Amino acid sequence: MNVTRRQTFVIGAGAVAFATLGASITPALSASDTEKIIADFIGGKEPVSGKVKLKTPEIAENGNTVPISFTVDSPMTEDNYVASVLVVAAGNPFPPVATFNFSAMSGKAEASTRIRLATTQDILAYAKMNDGSVFLDKKNVKVTIGGCGG
Amino acid sequence: MKIYTKLAGTLLASLGAIAISGGIAFSGADNAELVIDGKKIATKSAAPEGSALDELISGWQYALSETQEMQADDFDNPAFPAVERGEGLWSTAIGSKNKSCADCHDDASVSMKGVRAAMPKWKASLGKPITLEQQINECRVDRQGAEKLKFDDNDMLAMTSYVGLQSRGMPVKVQTDGPMAEWTDKGKKIYYTRVGQLDMSCANCHEDNYGNYIRANLLSQGQSNGFPVFRLKWQKLGSIQRRFKGCMSNIRADPYKVGSDEFVALELYVASRGNGLSVETPSVRN
Amino acid sequence: MAKDKVKPRVKVPKKAAKGDVITIKTLISHKMETGRRKDRKTGEFIPRKIINHFKAEYNGAEVFSANLEPSVSANPYFKFSVKVMESGTFKFTWTDDDGSVYTSEKKIAVQ
Repeated sequence: MNVTRRQTFVIGAGAVAFATLGASITPALSASDTEKIIADFIGGKEPVSGKVKLKTPEIAENGNTVPISFTVDSPMTEDNYVASVLVVAAGNPFPPVATFNFSAMSGKAEASTRIRLATTQDILAYAKMNDGSVFLDKKNVKVTIGGCGG
Repeated sequence: MKIYTKLAGTLLASLGAIAISGGIAFSGADNAELVIDGKKIATKSAAPEGSALDELISGWQYALSETQEMQADDFDNPAFPAVERGEGLWSTAIGSKNKSCADCHDDASVSMKGVRAAMPKWKASLGKPITLEQQINECRVDRQGAEKLKFDDNDMLAMTSYVGLQSRGMPVKVQTDGPMAEWTDKGKKIYYTRVGQLDMSCANCHEDNYGNYIRANLLSQGQSNGFPVFRLKWQKLGSIQRRFKGCMSNIRADPYKVGSDEFVALELYVASRGNGLSVETPSVRN
Repeated sequence: MAKDKVKPRVKVPKKAAKGDVITIKTLISHKMETGRRKDRKTGEFIPRKIINHFKAEYNGAEVFSANLEPSVSANPYFKFSVKVMESGTFKFTWTDDDGSVYTSEKKIAVQ
């Protein structure tokens, strides 16, 4: 299926747009579409390593339910907190996984969830601070495919 | 970590297209302890007399630690929304007789305790053993005037997981003597009979090769003490007979029908191989 | 009884000390249909139907939220933290692609 630039924009605009479109399929995103979504999130800043720590299993028994979590080192005060974290599964047909939004009231910038991974790939976590600076962590997850469980 | 060296070349050759191999286990029967709500659940037990196994080991021991942890906390266990739904269904009146399970059986935590551990059980009125699903269906039809459900219907899974939970931690104890002897033997025969294009029996994987890899997966003893199980692959609960079907398809055999005498006999025999292991319903597996 | 009934589950401590950072767990039963699977019989894509947004509010103020894409597993699960300074009520809201909104509330006593 062809994805036009306009459709891509709608995808990038997020889930609300989907709801208004009604029944829809999820197109695979090209690398440049994914880059655009990441670029929109980081807002022109160069992501640096540090502060954000992503935890993933080294090996996932099944790609349907892979537990992941992250923590971001931050005092979480009104003046200095983590605004949001974007998780991207680079090898998925639709790489953006979720965006988590925090506030000073979060106390700690951390979250756990379970995600789908189509194949062995890198998972990226971009953490954006309230001052706009962006930190990045990356982990590789091997997804076992084949055998009777896969 | 454990190194498995049980590699039989002749067996490997006989298994044809499916490669089973030893190697460095990233998981495996690693002596982890399953504790849920402070209650220890035995995941290993001594093999009963005459068992073909040296020791009974739950499939939980063969799961990766992330999967093990999911089962160790009832909130993290993805089966529990279904269990809670089962709890609701328990006291919901249905059918032409407008009766709920609770109308006859009252408090499930009392009346259903131990039920799952002894399934399949002998049903004298039918002259054969029945599974938990079949017993629930009998109640639905005869007592409630409702329609039968398939084994893997969401309402059925909600019921079997909720009823099964009431036996969690109790040892599996299916009857194999008396009228059940003939059916246990029938199941045993199916267990050891090679079928399908790959010409394999249950025993080739789950007796001869547990702890070894089948391609990317670690083989377990194929114990049924955790069913219905939340499989990460299915992303939902499923019955032991659904798993049997999957196994048979994997070896390119024509699966028996869910609820057939063959699968009931096999379910009974497989359960008897786990007599003594703790019920883990609802378990989490890959 | 409706099949595949969507049901939220929430775990919040019943009490905490002022200034504590508490852990909250939430899970909602939902298939998270990706919009990339094909119907085996018709060959047509099954339309996307996911929980696309989750929000946790404490005494009316948003403390945590997430925008979800189809790569989030079925039965979306979240574990996160909140700093509590006063007694109050948590409100959790899940928004479905079909417009349905599911909510759950939990009270906490803060001493």
